[in-house]
Amino acid sequence: MAEMMYWEAIRRAHDEEMARDPLVICMGEDIGVAGGTYKATKGLYEKYGPLRVMDTPISENGYTGLGIGASFLGVKPIIELMSVNFAWLAMDQMFNSAAKVRYMSGGQLEAPCVFRSAGGTAHQLGAQHSARMEKVFMGVAGLRVVTPSNPKQAYGLLKSAVRSPDPVFINEHELMYNMKGEVPDEEYFHPLEGSEVTRSGTDVTLFGYNISVHWCLKAAEILAKQYNISAEVVDLYALAPLDREGIKKAVAKTHKAVVVEEDEAPCGVGSEVMAIINEECFWELDAPPVRVHAALVPTPFNHTLEKASIPNHEDVVKAVLKLFGKA
Amino acid sequence: MLSTQDKKRVLREMVLARRFEERCYQAYMERKIGGFLHLYPGQEACAIGVMEAARPGFDYVITGYRDHVHAIKCGSDPKAVMAELYGKETGCSKGRGGSMHIFDVANRFMGGYALVGGPFPLAAGMAKAIQMKGGDEIAICFLGDSANNQGTFHETMNMAALWNLPVLFICENNLYGIGTALHRSTAVTDQYKRVCSYGIESDQCDGQDIDVVFEHAKKAVEHVRSRKGPYFLELMTYRFRGHSMSDSRGYRTREEEEQWKERDPINILRDRLIAEGGYTQAEFEAMEKEIDAYIENEVIRFAEESPEPRVEELTRYVLAD
Ligand SMILES: Cc1ncc(C[n+]2csc(CCOP(=O)(O)OP(=O)(O)O)c2C)c(N)n1
Ligand SMILES: [Mg+2]
Repeated sequence: MAEMMYWEAIRRAHDEEMARDPLVICMGEDIGVAGGTYKATKGLYEKYGPLRVMDTPISENGYTGLGIGASFLGVKPIIELMSVNFAWLAMDQMFNSAAKVRYMSGGQLEAPCVFRSAGGTAHQLGAQHSARMEKVFMGVAGLRVVTPSNPKQAYGLLKSAVRSPDPVFINEHELMYNMKGEVPDEEYFHPLEGSEVTRSGTDVTLFGYNISVHWCLKAAEILAKQYNISAEVVDLYALAPLDREGIKKAVAKTHKAVVVEEDEAPCGVGSEVMAIINEECFWELDAPPVRVHAALVPTPFNHTLEKASIPNHEDVVKAVLKLFGKA
Repeated sequence: MLSTQDKKRVLREMVLARRFEERCYQAYMERKIGGFLHLYPGQEACAIGVMEAARPGFDYVITGYRDHVHAIKCGSDPKAVMAELYGKETGCSKGRGGSMHIFDVANRFMGGYALVGGPFPLAAGMAKAIQMKGGDEIAICFLGDSANNQGTFHETMNMAALWNLPVLFICENNLYGIGTALHRSTAVTDQYKRVCSYGIESDQCDGQDIDVVFEHAKKAVEHVRSRKGPYFLELMTYRFRGHSMSDSRGYRTREEEEQWKERDPINILRDRLIAEGGYTQAEFEAMEKEIDAYIENEVIRFAEESPEPRVEELTRYVLAD
């Protein structure tokens, strides 16, 4: 196991897959000569050339559709959308073409492409660069959605996404590209479905994904040390399809659930997980499940307001204490 | 130039296309076909003329929702296309697509798509794949005039030229986007001029005379196949029917329609063949009868007698099995 950064793990997955298969290409704005906004494709242009590492014009819907069309004939494009906020412009092709073509064609055609995008809120990037949009992607039939919470997942999920016959959207995070973590030295494929118990506990289950897994872990630490509450943390790295069985098992173990998301609440991961709990294991619950989520506002620029709009580990601790009648 | 033999064959193909579509109209009125239905009468020389100059079943073809005839010309069985319109399991898209989403990948008909302008980048992407794999195929994208006001048009023309992609864009300019005349939606009505700013070679010609379409398409196909870059060909045409089924055509005059009907692509070719000798009106009428019988006894019958998809398979084909 070697330590590497999130961006290095993504870069390594690109490199291995491109070295293995000449039909794997990557495309996006500033990914080639410039090496990528988050360095995820650094050095690949020099290694694989402009035909396979394509600096695209600023035409999100256009180049996304072009990648999808290429995938019809067996090319495996890894399409980087610089920010999920710009992915809105590509949603027409992602949803109307890639996600539906297998079904519309009665199984004749598939669009095995990978869409990668930086999501999440960073530091004072303003409303048009700070949206979290996982809720938009996870409700689309025919599209897989995964979201890595650490370098190992970032590497393994991209590897699996490239090999998948289905289109996969990978929701990365602006603040996590420099996060360090262990990644196996040997080739590793992370499953595109399921969930992971990141910390074992007995009193309450904290569901997180991507950056909120880290808030959950930090909260679990505090809850254990200061309040003698043993929290289990479940990492929902697959948002579509969501792991119904894993959610059910986790709730059956602790009988209390808190869902933590960086996104706003309406129609989001939290509402979906709570619906699944209702459908699958309502009678296992000792208390009503709780959501911790962002405020429903265009993300403010002002530092204090921005901080107030996004949850953190303290909000998770508070929510758990309230659930236990301690606050 | 098309030989007399070829002309007789394409005349038959155009008549089949016409009768097929007219029969769809009837089936729709009988409520056998549901949903949207966009018919092709008047424009037959476009798809058939262009594909005559290309290689059906070998070149990759993509288009919009007015797609039945394009699929059939690529090699799709009219029975499977009609069954698709009926929503049957034997339809070419297994009843999951419908009229606007005919797919026949074995014949490299890569689909009909309902979002206006959606196929532009998909076609360029297929051309990118062809370029990478080093084959001799080309990608052909058929769309209407009004699709050119989508962002995908401009985004795709730029990328196709930038990367020298082997893609041929055919603009079937029938002068309307639903009920909006082209000059009311579009500042420059000559569509072939719009790609000049991207450095793409282009041309415009009559879309009613299949001999003219064929000659222009041949040049266009050769340009793309010899890897000289993308090409844009605008065909001036007219749809005789409404845009789709609920269209009373209040946005255009009956005089205009009558003028265009004098330029019916089937009549133009039929009259030429007769004038050239060796072909008679009686032969033509016999062929029409034979085609009607085929459509009734085989195509319609197949669609009507085919089974519905099984509800147990509702969610099949969402993701890979
Ligand atoms: C993105 C999108 N916007 C609007 C529509 C509705 N619509 C369907 S066909 C059409 C007109 C298209 O005209 P044109 O491109 O000239 O093709 P034609 O139908 O004349 O062959 C419109 C507006 C649509 N299907 N997709
Ligand atoms: Mg039109």
